[in-house]
Amino acid sequence: MPIEFKTYEIPTFDEVMSRANRARSHAIPLLRTLREFDDEDLETRQHAAEMAIKEMGITFTVYSEGDAIDRAWPFDIVPRIIPKSEWDVVEAGLKQRVMALNLFIDDLYHGQKIVKDGVFPKEVLAKSKNFRPQCVGIDPPLGIWAHICGSDLVRDSDGTLYVLEDNLRVPSGVSYMLENRLITKRVFPELFNEYSPLPVDGYPSQLFDTLCDLAPKKRSNPEVAVLTPGIYNSAYFEHAYLAQQMGCELVEGRDLFVDKHDKVYMHTVAGPQRVDVIYRRIDDEFMDPEVFNKQSVLGVPGLMRAWKAGNVALANAPGAGVADDKVVYAFVPEIIRYYLDQDPLIPNVKTYRCMFEKERRYVLEHLQELVVKPANESGGYGMLMGPSSTKSERETFAKLIEQDPRNYIAQPVVGISTVPTVVGRKLEARHVDLRPFILSGGEIQVTAGGLTRVALRKGSLVVNSSQGGGSKDTWIVDIGVQ
Amino acid sequence: MLSRVAEHLYWISRYVERAENTARLISVNSNLLLDLPDGIAPGWEPLVDIMGVRSDFDKRFKEPDERQVLKFLIADRSNAGSILSSLHFARENCRTVRDILPREIWEELNELYLYAQENVTVGLTKRGRFGFLRRVLYGSQLFIGILASVQSRDEAFDFLRIGRYLERADMTTRIIDVRSADLLPDDVADLRPFDTIQWVSVLHSLSAYQMYRRHMQTRVRRDAVLRFLFKDLHFPRAVRYCLDVVGECLGDLKNNEQALKSVHALVRKIDRTNVDTLDQTSLHEYIDDLQLNIIKLHNTMAVAYFPKSGQQQQQG
Repeated sequence: MPIEFKTYEIPTFDEVMSRANRARSHAIPLLRTLREFDDEDLETRQHAAEMAIKEMGITFTVYSEGDAIDRAWPFDIVPRIIPKSEWDVVEAGLKQRVMALNLFIDDLYHGQKIVKDGVFPKEVLAKSKNFRPQCVGIDPPLGIWAHICGSDLVRDSDGTLYVLEDNLRVPSGVSYMLENRLITKRVFPELFNEYSPLPVDGYPSQLFDTLCDLAPKKRSNPEVAVLTPGIYNSAYFEHAYLAQQMGCELVEGRDLFVDKHDKVYMHTVAGPQRVDVIYRRIDDEFMDPEVFNKQSVLGVPGLMRAWKAGNVALANAPGAGVADDKVVYAFVPEIIRYYLDQDPLIPNVKTYRCMFEKERRYVLEHLQELVVKPANESGGYGMLMGPSSTKSERETFAKLIEQDPRNYIAQPVVGISTVPTVVGRKLEARHVDLRPFILSGGEIQVTAGGLTRVALRKGSLVVNSSQGGGSKDTWIVDIGVQ
Repeated sequence: MLSRVAEHLYWISRYVERAENTARLISVNSNLLLDLPDGIAPGWEPLVDIMGVRSDFDKRFKEPDERQVLKFLIADRSNAGSILSSLHFARENCRTVRDILPREIWEELNELYLYAQENVTVGLTKRGRFGFLRRVLYGSQLFIGILASVQSRDEAFDFLRIGRYLERADMTTRIIDVRSADLLPDDVADLRPFDTIQWVSVLHSLSAYQMYRRHMQTRVRRDAVLRFLFKDLHFPRAVRYCLDVVGECLGDLKNNEQALKSVHALVRKIDRTNVDTLDQTSLHEYIDDLQLNIIKLHNTMAVAYFPKSGQQQQQG
């Protein structure tokens, strides 16, 4: 049996074992199946999965030394299992969150009532990197800005799922969620006898319907296109995959043009063909050289004109990224209460905003226990990891915070949960996060589960595939009351 | 279908076909040289002319000897028409349209390029040459076979075929042009056996020997070979046949008036010219004219179907 009950190390909350020798009830059927395995089974199946991934050509692109290298997608065969009763709450919470965020974005580009009412500080908006003045006053179809959202969830040591961040620009990963399920069916079919995980393969048609909902003036057969930066983009596989699954064209900027009537066309062998909806997988800054980055060769000159004129729908809408920001994140609970008059169903990780005196005082007094993040940096730059910091680092940060309190937030260290993961012939606990995808069109739909990313190195919290992270199939299972 | 995609498909086929033709040419020449006495053997230089890369070659190499020519035609990345470059360009064009083509196509082109890259040093040796070239030939034929068996007969298929047959028509004229110029004048009676060997090798260079024998029902002679390679309606490397296929594919597409006109003009030229009565000089002029018209046909199609900016893809 590949899992050693007695010696299985549990560094924090484990989603399968509550403690050594003790399984959580929803995981009992999984362990029952694993008990049938001898040591070699696990390794053989993991190997079979890796072969399948190579064969199916599931890759992500690493761009280095002028050459695009397709790497096989790293995958762990043991699915992560989440009870449906828990997921129902998460799903409702994600819908609530995205609905509020869309109202918030729409407000920021119109009356800014939330600022006038003193709920969201003007200074934060003034410092926002992703606020686009060009979008003020625009009414996108259905009033929705973030049609595709990927929110990252982590489970703390107390077992609660928290939202860590919301990706409202061009979140990726959904194609791997879909492929992961196909691989699990191939290499671990008997587990489907124990559980009936909710299917995930409806996503491409849900996405297509969501995009069609946005078509201008209800054009009866809207032409939808996926706009990619091209083969050197790390998510190119996903762009091609989604276009193929939705049966629509995969276009690059140079395939499109905007005419003098502000309508968008693609160059086809039968002449120009009108495009109604663009699922763009390219950042705002590179989308339209007439308006944003003038040097961009990836974009389409005039695209913003066409969008403003209502002749083409863009998903996500330009400017939606304003809500994709660390300080905005800290205000999401207030944003939900303000627009929906509801309490948030999924909590944020507790976040201290140094701009407020009381919270700043707490941060300064507890630097050693907190992670301090600057508001306008990403990728982990300029952070203070309290527990591993030196005294002089903490003194430096104390000064920085006092000098520019608005630029800092702080959070307690989150104990990210673990799931058993194949290491050679055995299973060991590895840390995971979860990215569900939320679609907002005529209705709001949430994927059943999402993409689970797993840090394959022992003790590591880094789940990025470019840095030694892998992924797991995620199962939402209805196990009833046990 | 997107114009950009159409252009990629067209070039994938042209590059694969070019790699195949180059491989066959080298392989046939190796055999030919073993059959001819040193004094009259044409050596390797004519291959540089067939591929139309004379000036590039002269810039980089001093002597058109076996080693240099083979290195240039098989392995040289600065020669955009070398086997390695052709396979590289075929693969890169394919990478961008992976979602349009059957998965096996990408896998084969990927594997073929990786094979060529890894084995090119062996391919340059006398002993390894045959196996290397054979893998390239088979790779191209596998590519065609996969398309024949699983690709829908849609616009994508049309552009793939247009690319392949235009490249073929062009290559057939090049091979005839250069090879017939080397060939010995008919009146030198004592060299006639070698003369025949060379015309046979022209046929071999186009894998046309067997079909020639069956359909022409005559011994290998200049006039019959020329008629067969220019005018045959059934042999798939004959210029006339290639143009018929291009015309047929264009017939499926919209906006085809200009391109079809170019095809018909070319077909008329071939039908109305008695190639076997042309002397060497007129034959050369005639072929020059055909090649210019093939380039014109490409340009007409590029205007009608490919992106305006063009990708500046090189043409051999």
